[in-house]
Amino acid sequence: MKTLAVIPAYNEEDRVADIVRGAAKHVDVVVVVDDGSTDSTSSKAREAGAMILTLPVNIGYGGALQAGYRYAQSNGFDALVQLDADGQHAPEDIPALLEPIMEGRCDLALGSRFLNPDSWHATFFRRAGMRFFSFLIRIFAGQRVTDPTTGFQAMNRRLIERVASGAYPDDYPDADVIVMLLREKFRIREVGVTMKPPPPGKSMHSGLKPLYYTVKMILSVLVVMIRGRGAGGVE
Amino acid sequence: MSPRQRIFALLVAILLLVVIVDLVRRRKLREEFSILWLAVGVGVAVLAAWYDLQVWLTRLIGAVSSSTTVFLFAFVFLALMNLHFSVRMSRMADQIKKLAQTIAIMETELKNKSGGDAAT
Repeated sequence: MKTLAVIPAYNEEDRVADIVRGAAKHVDVVVVVDDGSTDSTSSKAREAGAMILTLPVNIGYGGALQAGYRYAQSNGFDALVQLDADGQHAPEDIPALLEPIMEGRCDLALGSRFLNPDSWHATFFRRAGMRFFSFLIRIFAGQRVTDPTTGFQAMNRRLIERVASGAYPDDYPDADVIVMLLREKFRIREVGVTMKPPPPGKSMHSGLKPLYYTVKMILSVLVVMIRGRGAGGVE
Repeated sequence: MSPRQRIFALLVAILLLVVIVDLVRRRKLREEFSILWLAVGVGVAVLAAWYDLQVWLTRLIGAVSSSTTVFLFAFVFLALMNLHFSVRMSRMADQIKKLAQTIAIMETELKNKSGGDAAT
């Protein structure tokens, strides 16, 4: 099985090299998607052994991920694991995430911090938000997902084909994508992983962003429900 | 409406039409967008020249004064234009995203290919 690690990165020159070296031990190819960085993220990642997809402009986390999916699709990868470049996700957990994919037990494996008692469990407000989105997923898609905002995921070829083509969120692909995939009958499992706190000032959920995130995500989940199955995804 | 108001409104409409045509001529404004603005210019000119139409429209929508009618139509038009631009921007954002992804993938594949060729 040909495996790929996709690491979207935006101005992560201090951390990206370690993540690339860590991921390279567990997959065949590591791709860093440089989302318009203005620092030396690309060169640091290349020196560490990664393939670089340089986006000419910043298109957002979801758009960068989708570039990785499209690369995996056109280069015939059988399985893909995605992890953040800021060091929140431990590359040592990659085999555990890929295992259910390799064994054909699911199409998407989500790395959950809540299934690992040793992991960092986020701040109180963020945990409350996660519970709310878990509730939404259970209501609309009928499955319990403990960590709906996790960006540490692995997927098989069938799902790569699905997310590489068609609409995909530009900013935060979380609960809306999970609801969409569950409604399209993709099999999703959670795997306990270690997560570390985000580095200071790097969180996607600081300032007014949590408010925007919550409103946008609720709207996005509702739009998925209105569109129905196989209607081209979320945006 | 006093003759002075009508002359002023007509002059504004004519100025708007001249500016739009000039922008299209200099390729600063695409024809597809100019149609909407030309319609506004013609609309203002017609309303300025044909006051009875303004009165009839005012009665039709139940407004008290004809100036309310003009402002209401102007507001509705601007809101629709904004919506139209939001739709266009959404489409363009999607197109830019796809282009950026395609360029990044093609660039990497090209580098790999040229690297492979150089090695052989």
